[in-house]
Amino acid sequence: MILLGEEVCAKMVGNLGKFFWITVSEFGDFTLFLFRTVAGVIGSRRLMRRVWRAIYEQGVLCLPVVVIVGLFTGLVLGLQGYYVLNRFGSETLLGALVSLSLTREMAPVLAALVLVGQAGSALAAELGIQRNSEQILALETMGVNSYGYLVTPRILSALVVFPMQTAIFVIVGLWGGWISGSWILGLDAGVYWSSIEKAIEMRDVRESFLKAAVFGFLCIGVCAHQGYNAHRCGLRGAKAVSFSTTRAVVVSSVLILATDYVITSFLIS
Amino acid sequence: MKEKVLPKKFHAEGCPLLRVLDLCKRFGDKTVLDGVWLEVWRGSVFTVLGSSGAGKSVLLKCIAGVEKPDCGVVEFYGEKLDFRRRSHRQEFRRRCSFLFQGNALFDSLTAVENVGLPLEQTTRLSDGEIRRRSLAALEQLDLLEHSNHFPSQLSGGMQKRLALARALVTQPEMVFFDEPTAGLDPLRRNAVFGMIAKYRMQFGFTAVVVTHDVQEALITSDYVALLEHGRIRFSGTPQEFHESELPVVVSFRESTAALRNLLVAIQAGEHISPDEEE
Repeated sequence: MILLGEEVCAKMVGNLGKFFWITVSEFGDFTLFLFRTVAGVIGSRRLMRRVWRAIYEQGVLCLPVVVIVGLFTGLVLGLQGYYVLNRFGSETLLGALVSLSLTREMAPVLAALVLVGQAGSALAAELGIQRNSEQILALETMGVNSYGYLVTPRILSALVVFPMQTAIFVIVGLWGGWISGSWILGLDAGVYWSSIEKAIEMRDVRESFLKAAVFGFLCIGVCAHQGYNAHRCGLRGAKAVSFSTTRAVVVSSVLILATDYVITSFLIS
Repeated sequence: MKEKVLPKKFHAEGCPLLRVLDLCKRFGDKTVLDGVWLEVWRGSVFTVLGSSGAGKSVLLKCIAGVEKPDCGVVEFYGEKLDFRRRSHRQEFRRRCSFLFQGNALFDSLTAVENVGLPLEQTTRLSDGEIRRRSLAALEQLDLLEHSNHFPSQLSGGMQKRLALARALVTQPEMVFFDEPTAGLDPLRRNAVFGMIAKYRMQFGFTAVVVTHDVQEALITSDYVALLEHGRIRFSGTPQEFHESELPVVVSFRESTAALRNLLVAIQAGEHISPDEEE
């Protein structure tokens, strides 16, 4: 019985050590990947063309989803906020509630989650397939820096697109709040918009953009890392692509929430 | 740049273009290459034969520097290649091209963009010049009318030619062909080997081909090597391959006869063990 307990303990410690080892090596590998990607800016020819293409993929193609999610987030915030504030006789603060919630938290986080779901998963799958079909290897044999060619433009565009999509999310969300608060529930529109004007400070906008840029860098980095190294997951072919894509979305989503907490706590303190 | 990297023996006569010395590669416990020695001469078609899983593609990737060998040396123009050195890597890749089994074409780029990719990324040529050279390469491979098509809109044979056009647009001295006929029917197989022979004459490159198509390889190659169990078991001219009495060469050469015997035995109702089938 004691021996069995020792065995279980040894196995648990072994598994813990293994988990720790894998986490550390994954983190190290990811850091190295990001370093190579940033270094890919140097010597990468016609980079801006690929950045524009990536902006189109992450920006234009994802815009409808960002608008839809932003609109419904604003609608729900307006609805919920109105009834909660109404209990305390403070429904005139609905604009402040909607705008601050959106700008500080919801827009950067939800826009990033939407972008991960669409652009991030597409990137992971694309790179995974390119790894499978030896396109990445082909680039290397041509003497082309595959990081600079495939990943760097996506990261650079994410630094621009994520804050832009966040701004669009906020604007659409504010209109959503107006629809449910003023148009449907009858709060005066002037009260709603002036409440927003009084509540929002430049600091909030800066915080929002900072968060969005950090999320963009990390999420597109994670998605690219997973896709680029799809062959390393121990699977082959379509399974490897599906595994790396799922993992990219899951890790990025968790990372967004964790990073959001860290950034918020730093900015508030 | 050229002289800086490969100074002494760049134009050396009587020196093989590529020499592989005692190359080893392991994946975990499995030894894939166990001391491979090779010499490839300038202007020749050198074919590495071997059964599936013999390590032919790994050998090619080790030579091209995309797979890191555990031991051994690769010499180019008599000069040892060190792929950790950027100058060596760049110089070797400028002079050599690689044609992959699955062509490795970029689906999102048109034919002309695929061909122009290495020029666009590794040279300082203008856009116009890159387009001119890419179109010229496509024209030489009879693909000019498909220049604006995407790879998915082309047939298998055309994709192969497109991949070759991309490999040749940088005017390499050496082209590596990794299983160029894998999965193709006999007619297409012949066409691909014919294409290698034709364009080798036209462009004057040295070809290193990895395949398991014995008959076609023997017709089109100047030298052949047989890789089995991680080692080169035979190296010589196709004529020498035909005349060799080495058991491994005989079994590989006479694989068609062996299949015929096997079928006769099956039809006669004899019990065939899995080993014999192989």
